[in-house]
Amino acid sequence: MSHLLEVKNLDVKFDTDEGRITAVENISLSVDQGEVLGIVGESGSGKSVTAKSIMKLNPGNTSYNEDAEIILDNENVLQFTSKQDLKKIRGGKVSMIFQEPMASFAPAIKIGAQMVEQLLIHKNINKDEAKSISINMLKRVGIADAEKRFNQYAFELSGGMRQRAMIAMALSTMPKLLLADEPTTALDVTIQAQVINLIKDIIKEYQMGVIFITHDLGVIAQVADHVAVMYLGSVVEKGPVNEILKNPKHPYTKGLLQALPDINNLDAPLSPIPGNIPSPLDRPTGCVFRTRCPHHNPEGKDGKIEMKLIEVEPGHWVDQCGIQCGQNG
Amino acid sequence: MGDNLISVNNVSVNFDYQENFISKKQKIHAVNNINIKIKKGSFFGLVGESGSGKTTLGRAILGANKISSGNVIFHDDERDYDLTNMNKQDLKEYRKKAQLIFQDPYAALSPRMTVRDIIAEPLEVMKITNSRQETDERVRDIAAKCRLNIEHLRRFPHAFSGGQRQRISIARALVSNPKFIVADESVAALDVSIQADILNLLKHLQSELNLTYLFISHDLSVVAHVCDVVAVMYLGHIVEMGPSRELFKNPKHSYTKALLSSIPSIDPEKRSEAIELKGEIPSALNPPPGCVFRTRCPNPGIDCKGGEITMGLTEVEPGHWVDQCCVL
Repeated sequence: MSHLLEVKNLDVKFDTDEGRITAVENISLSVDQGEVLGIVGESGSGKSVTAKSIMKLNPGNTSYNEDAEIILDNENVLQFTSKQDLKKIRGGKVSMIFQEPMASFAPAIKIGAQMVEQLLIHKNINKDEAKSISINMLKRVGIADAEKRFNQYAFELSGGMRQRAMIAMALSTMPKLLLADEPTTALDVTIQAQVINLIKDIIKEYQMGVIFITHDLGVIAQVADHVAVMYLGSVVEKGPVNEILKNPKHPYTKGLLQALPDINNLDAPLSPIPGNIPSPLDRPTGCVFRTRCPHHNPEGKDGKIEMKLIEVEPGHWVDQCGIQCGQNG
Repeated sequence: MGDNLISVNNVSVNFDYQENFISKKQKIHAVNNINIKIKKGSFFGLVGESGSGKTTLGRAILGANKISSGNVIFHDDERDYDLTNMNKQDLKEYRKKAQLIFQDPYAALSPRMTVRDIIAEPLEVMKITNSRQETDERVRDIAAKCRLNIEHLRRFPHAFSGGQRQRISIARALVSNPKFIVADESVAALDVSIQADILNLLKHLQSELNLTYLFISHDLSVVAHVCDVVAVMYLGHIVEMGPSRELFKNPKHSYTKALLSSIPSIDPEKRSEAIELKGEIPSALNPPPGCVFRTRCPNPGIDCKGGEITMGLTEVEPGHWVDQCCVL
């Protein structure tokens, strides 16, 4: 069975003045049609870089490894170089929703004009058709007075409304894959609940694949089917959402869950993960989490255990050093 | 009044608003008729969506926003400060005793000053210390309490992570030895693992330095964890207030209920049980008359739909106050 998207052994490195930074190392992921893959992790864990690689949106100083593959719809995106090919994925087969909708809309162009523009690029239609598709899409995402909003600027809309408009714009070209990069982080909880329900409805309706990036495990529990937990550019644990949240194996996943204030259990102490995420410039050798790991696995501490995911339950993969740590205590 | 540190009495804050220079002047009712008492040594939480007036209220209590009506009294050991009626000298004294921790540790620290200078600045501006030696001593002292290393003091903020920067902001707020701290969304910009660390630090400092906090946040689970007393704000009004356990276990107001149900549950099997609120918070330029929440209320009564019931808190349990519209 072929997946909608398959990322194989992806490394992403940036050349900077201070040296070569490994942002992502040896990542393999897959997304099927109608499925939501959640990616969680702290800031700096490489979530966004991974998503941007799928559209080849990383900056010019980026290098990918040669044996990496990002197969989207049976084509290797990493081998696309011509503008024509890239256009097909950027906004065509793949759309992206960003965290801050205010920063993603051009401030001096009406929302409608921006929606029509991208439709004209990707679809073989005329302006009137594009306009009616856009207005229908705005209505679909629950914007009242869609005709009026179509002729307004981004600053005239409230935060929740802007995020809806952003979703409408991303969906209007009918992408096969939707990348949602922290789409609810800037919103209030009540609006967040509305947007999450909207995204879930739309996935069902259009049967698209989604990569949902967030640092909020609660949001992941609500939307995702599968989860990948990232730390410092590596996936340390991945599997079905139920497994990961109810039966976490890796000490980092456990740490994230324990640090989360749970409203249903107010007596539980908040336990932070000690230390800070290391700079990607001095990435630890071996297990990337070993500098903050609360367990003492002697070999892992010395960095002698290589990062490698092992299947512990069907579909549930955990980094091998993490499995040993979990067993030791 | 013995055990209260702050009394907020019937405080309203309005802002003038004029769309352009020929249009009529209007009033934005940012905060309306708020009454709260903050006990000494308490962790008082203020929750609500953006636009609910939490920050404006916090700033009004610090004397950073003009209070339109009502008064705020700060009960110090020897004397009371009335914020609406304060001369310059008193205001200077008050600033030493009440401090603010900001939301974004990236924006709050000057990139051109060393950490030592950032923390020392309040001491120098308020002329609290007399010699450089004394200043250094106090800076080192508070830095250690906030778990910063001495060698960190010579560096610039860009060298630090978000959590460390927030600790620098906290040290800076605490260096003048204040009694009252307003923490405005102080953990909102941090990762969960670091958020827990900063919350534990705030709790620890509270008992060590005898602090009283006003903790402003939009994150209910955080507030539930750290605060003793919580007030829920909506469109400039407090709609429910009470001891945090009681309030979160037994919410009475439909807005509090909706907020609580909107928190995404960590349990994947408990999906979409949220009471979905329709629409968004109305504009504070013309708030709905009567109960301000009735435009979004999932189960409005007959009377409140007409806006006939005015806003006002009723005590339903000892210390647990709910807006009367939702009690009826």
